[in-house]
Amino acid sequence: MTAQVMPTVRVQADDFDAAAEAALLTQGRTDIGAVVTFTGLCRDEGGRLAALELEHYPGMAEEEISRVAAQACARWPLQGVTAIHRFGKIAPGAQIVLVVTASSHRVAAFEAATFLMDYLKTRAPFWKKEHHKNGTSGEWVAATEADDVAAGRWGT
Amino acid sequence: MKAIYFAWVRERIGKTEEDISPPAQVRTAGELIAWLSAQGEEYAYAFENPSVIRVALDRAHVKHDAPLGEAREAAFFPPMTGG
Repeated sequence: MTAQVMPTVRVQADDFDAAAEAALLTQGRTDIGAVVTFTGLCRDEGGRLAALELEHYPGMAEEEISRVAAQACARWPLQGVTAIHRFGKIAPGAQIVLVVTASSHRVAAFEAATFLMDYLKTRAPFWKKEHHKNGTSGEWVAATEADDVAAGRWGT
Repeated sequence: MKAIYFAWVRERIGKTEEDISPPAQVRTAGELIAWLSAQGEEYAYAFENPSVIRVALDRAHVKHDAPLGEAREAAFFPPMTGG
C-alpha cells in the first residue's frame, strides 16, 4: 500500500530551481529509482524574439495543472510529481515550465512527464505573445495541431 | 454572471472582464458566444470564428454544447499555448 501522492503545483512569475525541486522529491527516500526532470525554455526563434509574454487565467491555471497531475498519478505508479509554470515576460534562454516525476522505474517517470507536458500545452490556460527585437509587439503564438495530436495519443 | 476574456479575445473586445446578463433563452456556452457576438462590433470581431473559441465555466473547460447551469463565471479564450 503506497501513500497517496500529493502533486506540487505552482504558477508564479519568479524563476525556479529545477535541481532543487527534483531534490525535494527524493530527499530522505530510498524507494525512488527514477526521476525525470523536464524544463521548457524560451527560444529566440532565430534571433528575432526579444521576449515572450505569458498571460494566464489565475486560479484556473493552478486548478487545471492539478487536474492533469492527478490524472498522471492515477495512471502511473508515481512517488512524486512537481509542476511549475511561470507567467509574465520571459526572455530568450529563461525557463518557462518545469515538470518533475519520480517513480520506482524509469518508464513510468518518462511517460508521466511526457503526458504532463502534452496536457499542459493543450489544457492549461496560458497564452504566449511574442515581443520582437525590432520593438514591435508581435502576434499571439498560434496553437499547433502537433500539440493536439501529441495530447490526443494518450486517449483520455 | 461574470465574463472574462483572455489573449486576443481580450484585446479585440478591449476589456478583461465585465458583468453580463444574457436572456434566459441563452442556455449553452455556444449560445452565449452567439449572444455576445451581437453586443457590438468589437464582440463580433472577437467571436468572428466561434469554432476556435474555448470556453471555461467556473474555471473548468467545457464544450460549446455545455449548459450554462448556475455558472457564475464564463471565460472565453483562444486555444492555449502554454508549456
